[in-house]
Amino acid sequence: MLVIVDYDLGNLGSIANMLRKLGHAAELTSDPARIGDATRLILPGVGAFDQGMRNLRNRGLIEVLNYKVLTEQVPVLGICLGAQLMTRGSEEGESPGLGWIDARTMRFSLREVSGGLKIPHMGWSDVSQQKPHPLFEGMYEEPRFYFVHSFHFDCEDPRDVLTTTHYGYEFASSFARDNIWGVQFHPEKSHKFGLKLLDNFARISEPAAIPVTTSAI
Amino acid sequence: MRRYRVIPILLLRGKGLVKTTRFKDPKYVGDPINAIRIFNEKEVDELVFLDIEATRTGRTPDLQTLSDIASECFMPLCYGGGVNRPEFIEQILKTGVEKVSINSALVEDPDLVRHAAREHGSSTIVASIDYKRGLFGKAQVFTHAGTKGTGRSPVELAKLAEDLGAGEIALNCIDRDGTLQGYDVDTVRKVADAVSVPVIAIGGAGSLADFRSAIREGHASAVAAGAFFVFHGKHRAVLITYPGQDALREQVYA
Repeated sequence: MLVIVDYDLGNLGSIANMLRKLGHAAELTSDPARIGDATRLILPGVGAFDQGMRNLRNRGLIEVLNYKVLTEQVPVLGICLGAQLMTRGSEEGESPGLGWIDARTMRFSLREVSGGLKIPHMGWSDVSQQKPHPLFEGMYEEPRFYFVHSFHFDCEDPRDVLTTTHYGYEFASSFARDNIWGVQFHPEKSHKFGLKLLDNFARISEPAAIPVTTSAI
Repeated sequence: MRRYRVIPILLLRGKGLVKTTRFKDPKYVGDPINAIRIFNEKEVDELVFLDIEATRTGRTPDLQTLSDIASECFMPLCYGGGVNRPEFIEQILKTGVEKVSINSALVEDPDLVRHAAREHGSSTIVASIDYKRGLFGKAQVFTHAGTKGTGRSPVELAKLAEDLGAGEIALNCIDRDGTLQGYDVDTVRKVADAVSVPVIAIGGAGSLADFRSAIREGHASAVAAGAFFVFHGKHRAVLITYPGQDALREQVYA
């Protein structure tokens, strides 16, 4: 089951709407037991970093999420704040992040963002794919996605960067390492590009099932 | 390449979509769900949907229609009209629409904007400011679908909206509405330069060149229009159009 983690931050309706349109079953829940049964996780979120970590903690979700992602290694997709929470921490807050990916979340550098550019970066931007990845398999030409953010990831290992985007300067707009993927943009608001990406995510083959040994008679 | 949002604005009156001229003479242009589906297929950057009678008639937001739209249209959607209570904002956002436009309540109940921005995040709250240029060119903000003067200037209200936490300013020149004669670029620039949040220019767009000048000369972060996307030719036949990516790239972003 694909589970969208509901931790009371941001509007999750549109992600569920998009998965429904694609014909994928998904459950929106904050129940640790249901999250424990997930075969794929989406960690969404719009809002402030510390509030996000606090909500995860108060709902008792950090332990089960760590187990699912780090031990069971189920595919996880972070969206916007959800992806930022996967980093070690953010310039937006004091709280440490989940630390699943070797990255920090940085404020857009206003010194470098000039020429009438305003923060937040709000609107559509092109993304430039940096490595092959199942999330972008069969992606339409010149992919563009909808962004709303004042902070962005800064990956320590450049090999983790999945796409880059230019706004004032080039920043990592998504990352991917092993089963841990995060996008700064909003696929659920990005027309066919987002539909393709979320469809790809929902179709990623299940983690190898434990083979059932049957006795040879 | 930097992209700028190009946003159709659809006006709801009763059950149908209309387009006004200077906020008057609403002309029926079609069924809302059908029009929104067409815009969705054209992959518009964003869509604004305003119920222009809601505040005057005391109508509450039509949540069922909003849900129907949000479950099919995967783009940023903004709703406005009669948004004067916190629970409306919450209900609207729950449908999957992620921006709420506040116009009359910005003047009458600024705390609503402050609380909504704190509760739901600045990026979900759009402050909508309608204004007219008087005889001597002085701009004054009007509420209640352009029927009620406030004696305040667009710059003053835009700054107030920013202080209250609104994430965007939608600036609409009533004198230009539906005229296709170009934006009031001077006022757009005055407001855009006075605030640090994005300003959406509205009112008068008749060509891609108008979009470009609102961005280049008016310093708008995004441009929106009504008549430009729904009327065709000098007889104003109803035809829904939206520029293709090549046209946007060459004539608007460049």
